[in-house]
Amino acid sequence: MADLSINLAGIKSPNPFWLASAPPTNSGYQVQRAFEAGWGGAVWKTLGEPIINTSSRFAAISFNGQRVAGFNNIELITDRPLEVNLKEIYETKKRFPNHAIIASLMVEPQQEKWHEIVKKVEDVGVDGLELNFGCPHGMAERGMGAASGQVPALVEKQTYWVKEMAQTPVIVKLTPNITDITATAEAAVQGGADAISMINTINSLAGVDIHSWNTIPHVAGKGAHGGYCGPAVKPIALHMVGECARNPRINIPISGIGGVSNWENAIEFMLMGATGVQVCTAAMHHGFRIVEDMIEGLNNYLDEKGIASVNDLVGKAVHKYSDWGDLDLNYKVVARINNDVCINCNKCHIACEDTSHQCIDMLKDGEGNPILRVREEDCVGCNLCSIVCPVDGAIDMVELPNEFPPMTWNERQAAIGALACAVDTVK
Amino acid sequence: MSLKSISYEDLSSNFDEVEAGLSNREALEEANRCLYCYDAPCIQACPTGIDIPTFIKKIASGNLKGSAKTIMSANPVGASCSRVCPTEELCEGACVLNHATKPIMIGNLQRYATDWAMKNEQLLFTAGEKLGKSVAIVGGGPAGLSAARELALLGYDVTIFEAEEKAGGLNTYGIVSFRLPKAVSYWEVEQVKSLDVEIRTNTRVGQDISVKEIVDCYDAVLLAIGMAHVPSLGIPGEELAGVYDAIEFVKETKTKPITDTLLGKKVAVIGAGNTAIDAATCSVRLGAENVKILYRRTLEEMTAYDFEYEFAKQDGVEFRWLTAPTKLIGEKDKVVGIECMKMELGEPGEDGRRRPIPVEGSEFTLEVDAVIKAIGQSRYLDLIEAFEISHDGGVVTIDSETFQTTNAKIFACGDVIFGKGQGEAMVVSAAQQGKQSAYSIHQLLVPTMETV
Ligand SMILES: Cc1cc2nc3c(=O)[nH]c(=O)nc-3n(C[C@H](O)[C@H](O)[C@H](O)COP(=O)(O)OP(=O)(O)OC[C@H]3O[C@@H](n4cnc5c(N)ncnc54)[C@H](O)[C@@H]3O)c2cc1C
Ligand SMILES: Cc1cc2nc3c(=O)[nH]c(=O)nc-3n(C[C@H](O)[C@H](O)[C@H](O)COP(=O)(O)O)c2cc1C
Ligand code: SF4
Repeated sequence: MADLSINLAGIKSPNPFWLASAPPTNSGYQVQRAFEAGWGGAVWKTLGEPIINTSSRFAAISFNGQRVAGFNNIELITDRPLEVNLKEIYETKKRFPNHAIIASLMVEPQQEKWHEIVKKVEDVGVDGLELNFGCPHGMAERGMGAASGQVPALVEKQTYWVKEMAQTPVIVKLTPNITDITATAEAAVQGGADAISMINTINSLAGVDIHSWNTIPHVAGKGAHGGYCGPAVKPIALHMVGECARNPRINIPISGIGGVSNWENAIEFMLMGATGVQVCTAAMHHGFRIVEDMIEGLNNYLDEKGIASVNDLVGKAVHKYSDWGDLDLNYKVVARINNDVCINCNKCHIACEDTSHQCIDMLKDGEGNPILRVREEDCVGCNLCSIVCPVDGAIDMVELPNEFPPMTWNERQAAIGALACAVDTVK
Repeated sequence: MSLKSISYEDLSSNFDEVEAGLSNREALEEANRCLYCYDAPCIQACPTGIDIPTFIKKIASGNLKGSAKTIMSANPVGASCSRVCPTEELCEGACVLNHATKPIMIGNLQRYATDWAMKNEQLLFTAGEKLGKSVAIVGGGPAGLSAARELALLGYDVTIFEAEEKAGGLNTYGIVSFRLPKAVSYWEVEQVKSLDVEIRTNTRVGQDISVKEIVDCYDAVLLAIGMAHVPSLGIPGEELAGVYDAIEFVKETKTKPITDTLLGKKVAVIGAGNTAIDAATCSVRLGAENVKILYRRTLEEMTAYDFEYEFAKQDGVEFRWLTAPTKLIGEKDKVVGIECMKMELGEPGEDGRRRPIPVEGSEFTLEVDAVIKAIGQSRYLDLIEAFEISHDGGVVTIDSETFQTTNAKIFACGDVIFGKGQGEAMVVSAAQQGKQSAYSIHQLLVPTMETV
């Protein structure tokens, strides 16, 4: 049994699986059920001035019959009185002293408001704070959430105000609704944050009903943009985590969020620099019980790889994540089709023919059976055929030996520059 | 079910497992089709209560070890069960998708996960801390193994006494290899052995070791001896050559090289339970030209499962309903014919099934080269008597909650308590009873401890 416990900027939890601040962590009853099921921590549903939530809030995207490929919501922060939440946090912490409870907070961008709420939640014994600078709807219209979170100076200032008061570690939760997330991440570091978490939800409109012409979801015939999450956003979240992890100026731990649905996803986030992960949609889809497989799957993976502690995964793939200019332009892979495995659906052919480089030929073998073959000299190694192929092992992308030494774009430009200089001096 | 055709050149190839396992892709697609219901009816329908949605979810997430563990922790013979359970009547019959599309292939997914564990030589459990108490288990079939596993997890010193050369009971020797290869049963035995359970094979209790020694030397005893050979038909000619006991007949195909004795022959199987089906399909695979099942009642009363009936029909087995043998006819001490009588159904008997009544003057004769008796199994009466516990015609009397016999330190489960309206003779129920007996023994020996 590997050691699954983590310590994220001083917040300890028995495993790296936390529930993200969202409906699953709305109440003491729910968080206690979650801890019983095995979750290592929970970020409480965002606390602040109670608001009114709309009826009809969520929508989801089904993809080819699979439900909840992506999830969309127009829910705001908690609609329960602060005192009730505080009481339940206190009770939950007392029952589960070894589990992490983090209070997610959102107030108007004023120093005294932040001081006031920080004091209140710390008084009931939370293990840490998460500043919600990410909620993209509703709260943003009131100058909070993403409205603050998109302005680096506001992120820095508010983080600083919180740090003035806070006794427990402060996590800043970032919005993905920004061109370069490292800008706000750096602002959080400047403000003194102990950790950052990402991503909150992405601005979205789930759909339009083509018969009633209503938005999906709608509230009495009207809709507003919401926040997108779930499996569909994982690549976006992973990219943002990776960008922050490899930025030397962002040298604080990361809590990874966005589309984590199973133990494999969690490992990906941790390899890309997250110290732990937070989950919302997957729990909303299946219930708290999914954590059992997450824990067991992670543990089996670590045991199988002979890794003693889950912390040994953190950031192990970050050095492999770089800029395009650092990629070797002389590296070459080509597609190779294994005709004994291929079922002749011809999807690879038409994908390549119509939309890539026209190098998969439809031929006949000696006995007149149809076969597909890649003209390797024309193949650019784009992977498209292997992506559309429905059969495991029918198309391999194989590495070709190269007569040229590795050369990146940056190296190439540097070499050309040096050459230009040399010419200059001669002249 | 896709059956491959019978080979007459290479008979032993007919005994390879009929159904291919799911491919990785099939398993993944099917696992992702599962709704992962909460409080799922399939769990209720499984006698051992396997957490089916969880093990399937684990296949989908790629946690195959965890999946196998979920299965095997609820059912110590879960790999065998994935192959021999009447899933249409159990888990798959309860799947909510029966009402929407089509049920999840639970059995096949269960096989996929346990096959993975088998292939990757996984040991899934570790023995509990020793309690310093000992339990003797008589019989290493599904019931005995299941109890042994649970007791070992609880920390007991467990010794299984097994009469045969290998443990596994009917899973090893009784259920035909093309449905259940021996290797699967052996793997399950190994899982139990790896928990420090001592399995003393080739040790027949009452013969190689006395009943008294067993009862005196252990803190508790579990009787899981199953049932015995097929009883006699009670008609003339049973001693002729070419007349077989179905259980022995199947066992030969699992323990000895396959022979061509039945190649091109006519075979009549008497009876229509699991055993009859296995004997009949075995005969087909041994190259018999014609195989008939003779049953004195009708399809309605037959105890074989639907899937078994379908399987036999696909194998070309003929069914003769309302047909009872009255005499086996021999020539030079060898069976050559079977005299039968037509039956009709009368009033329901004690067991609720309608009683067959001979139709006068309906005698006819079938030409046969072999007759296989499959009319149920008799009981180890002498052994049960030697334990000095109550029984009703060899069906050991138990407290239906605790599986305790009339001797407080002796428990009984599995086929040995099946019959007279009690229980069902299935691998999965034997497994469940084994678990429950283990918990009752635990309750008896360490009453202060929490029950499982
Ligand atoms: C041909 C056939 C096909 C079947 N098909 C199916 C099927 O498809 N699905 C299904 O669910 N069920 C099937 N069954 C029923 C199933 O096999 C039994 O219900 C199950 O094996 C009962 O388990 P058990 O442990 O009680 O008994 P058994 O499996 O009979 O095991 C009893 C063990 O005790 C040992 N033993 C007996 N006497 C002694 C002694 N004196 N000392 C030491 N050891 C002793 C025996 O050698 C044996 O190993 C089938 C049965 C038969 C005969
Ligand atoms: C219905 C709903 C409500 C949410 N409410 C909050 C919130 O109050 N505070 C917050 O920080 N994030 C909130 N989120 C965002 C989640 O915490 C999380 O960042 C996001 O859903 C991405 O994770 P996922 O892909 O696992 O769902 C909410 C998400 C959903 C779906
Ligand atoms: S999940 Fe369904 S029942 Fe529950 S609050 Fe939402 S709409 Fe109502």
